[in-house]
Amino acid sequence: MEKLFLSEFPELSRETLRFIKKGFDTSYRAFSREYGDTIEAVFDPVLYFLVWFEKLLQNSPWPFVLICFLAIIYFGSRKISVTIGSLFAFLLIGIFGMWEDTMSTVSIIGVCTLLSIGIGIPVGVLMAKSERAQRICTPILDVMQTMPSFVYLIPVVMLLGIGKIPGLLAVVIYAIPPIIRLTNLGIREVDSEVLEAADAFGANPRQKLFQIQLPLALPTIFAGINQTIMMALAMVVIASMIGVKGLGQPVLKAITNQYFAMGLFNGLAIVALAIIFDRVSQSFGHRIQQHRSGARE
Amino acid sequence: MSEIKIQIKNLYKIFGKNPKSALVQVKDGINKDELLEKHNHVLGLKDINLDIKEKSIQVVMGLSGSGKSTLIRHINRLIEPTDGSVVVDGEDVLKMNDENLRNFRRTKTAMVFQRFALLPHKTVLENTMFGLHIQNIDEKEANTRARRWIDRVGLSGYEEKYPQHLSGGMQQRVGLARALTNDGEILLMDEAFSALDPLIRKDMQDILLELQDELHKTVVFITHDLDEALKIGDRIAILKDGIMDQEGIPADILLSPKTQYVKDFVEDVNRARVIKAKHIMSELNGQDRDNAMFVDQDDFIDRFIDKVISDKPNCLIVKNKNNDEIGYLSTKRLSEILKR
Repeated sequence: MEKLFLSEFPELSRETLRFIKKGFDTSYRAFSREYGDTIEAVFDPVLYFLVWFEKLLQNSPWPFVLICFLAIIYFGSRKISVTIGSLFAFLLIGIFGMWEDTMSTVSIIGVCTLLSIGIGIPVGVLMAKSERAQRICTPILDVMQTMPSFVYLIPVVMLLGIGKIPGLLAVVIYAIPPIIRLTNLGIREVDSEVLEAADAFGANPRQKLFQIQLPLALPTIFAGINQTIMMALAMVVIASMIGVKGLGQPVLKAITNQYFAMGLFNGLAIVALAIIFDRVSQSFGHRIQQHRSGARE
Repeated sequence: MSEIKIQIKNLYKIFGKNPKSALVQVKDGINKDELLEKHNHVLGLKDINLDIKEKSIQVVMGLSGSGKSTLIRHINRLIEPTDGSVVVDGEDVLKMNDENLRNFRRTKTAMVFQRFALLPHKTVLENTMFGLHIQNIDEKEANTRARRWIDRVGLSGYEEKYPQHLSGGMQQRVGLARALTNDGEILLMDEAFSALDPLIRKDMQDILLELQDELHKTVVFITHDLDEALKIGDRIAILKDGIMDQEGIPADILLSPKTQYVKDFVEDVNRARVIKAKHIMSELNGQDRDNAMFVDQDDFIDRFIDKVISDKPNCLIVKNKNNDEIGYLSTKRLSEILKR
């Protein structure tokens, strides 16, 4: 008896475990039947915007889209080398027949990034302002970053079915933590002497936030945005499993059918997008902190 | 005598978890070391009383840890006291609500910091306009006012530079311009020149005195440097371990130090360079004008001592700016003071 107790971990009986799991699943199913439509309706505006954006990129004449991209890349990075590199990357993508999928991916990454910024920065600010918010948010962020993404895909799919919105949610959940963390960090790192000076001149909390804390945290926030974009791109393949169109779907097809070349081409296209996003956002981040550069007079 | 601008009464500051209970101990006479050892509280300031006169420069001097920076932060309530009151223009700063306090800081006071505390992401011009932006003063007026003060502190041509591109002395000029642009009646300077090289520090002291001649602000100036205190201060308060040892005009502090601490402090000072004629003159009493020498009331002894030795006058007559005779000084008194 004694020996048995030590060699095998005392676990709940099979019956109890099944009961717990079943109870959990049933109630969640009931919840999703009850509220699934309402929750879906909440996301409708995002869906419309995403579909509109995707159609815009896919249906506009490709030279026009390409020129717009290159213009954004040039004005973002102010680097001719990055612009020319991007031109070649997009031309290759087009020639190898991946233009349409790439546009889908760009549109979902774009929308996810905007959503992450829109939610992430306010949450980061809240965390920086309140110790309690920080204590609550930190473990949630830890879970979001370490929980295997398939696990939270299950309830999202149960709730919203297969499609763009669940994919979008999965990507945002995975990609939003860096921007929240780095906004919080950036604001907390602002020199306390500068804040004291602002107090001494009678600045109110809002003036301090918008005139001092956010501008000074901007380089750190930008590092967060950069990471968020990279993580969103990393999720493209997983998101394609629940019906998000784009470069992820051919990769998925390539895995199941062992098409090495197909997987490689689409994979390389994702890499190319990642490098372009990274270079542009980094040079932009450097440029907005021009006060840090330059020699003393 | 001019009006009292800032009145600090029975001010106590104790740092720690439960300052109120520690306050009772302090009032019962426990000393700083005991308080730290037995109750784990730090005594910041103990029973500080200080009346600061309008339009004068009040220096608060002390070594690091003496509580001088803590004291100046009570005037605009960047630090809350444990007990006591701070009254500015008849209004208790400690009783103001958030909104009133912000208004008080915006319009009445301006502060200059030891390590400048400029906004690194804003240009010299934007930094100088900071106080006005906080008050939502319109851009055009803010711009004009800021440029005037930038010019006044000698930074014309640097308006579009960022602070990091300037030397320490120039950064502090920006700090000074920022404070002056705010146009408060009270200027709080927390070791404003301590981080600067000696030569630059002297420049800045001269700029401050020159500006004060014209602006007549109420200046509270914190320093750890006795020479600076003596040069700038109309009055000097000496703090040690959170307690005020002595307060008075520079000459009094030099000539009659009250405690051993102050005595040690002033021992090595070259009196001839610190004491002005007006500090040591006596009342006019029908002195003989024969072979008398005339000196200005604001002349330091070392301005006229050589002439006293070569001309051997009977006495010195002290005059004010309007050339009125206001006092006299015997050569005997002069030599006593210099002999110490």
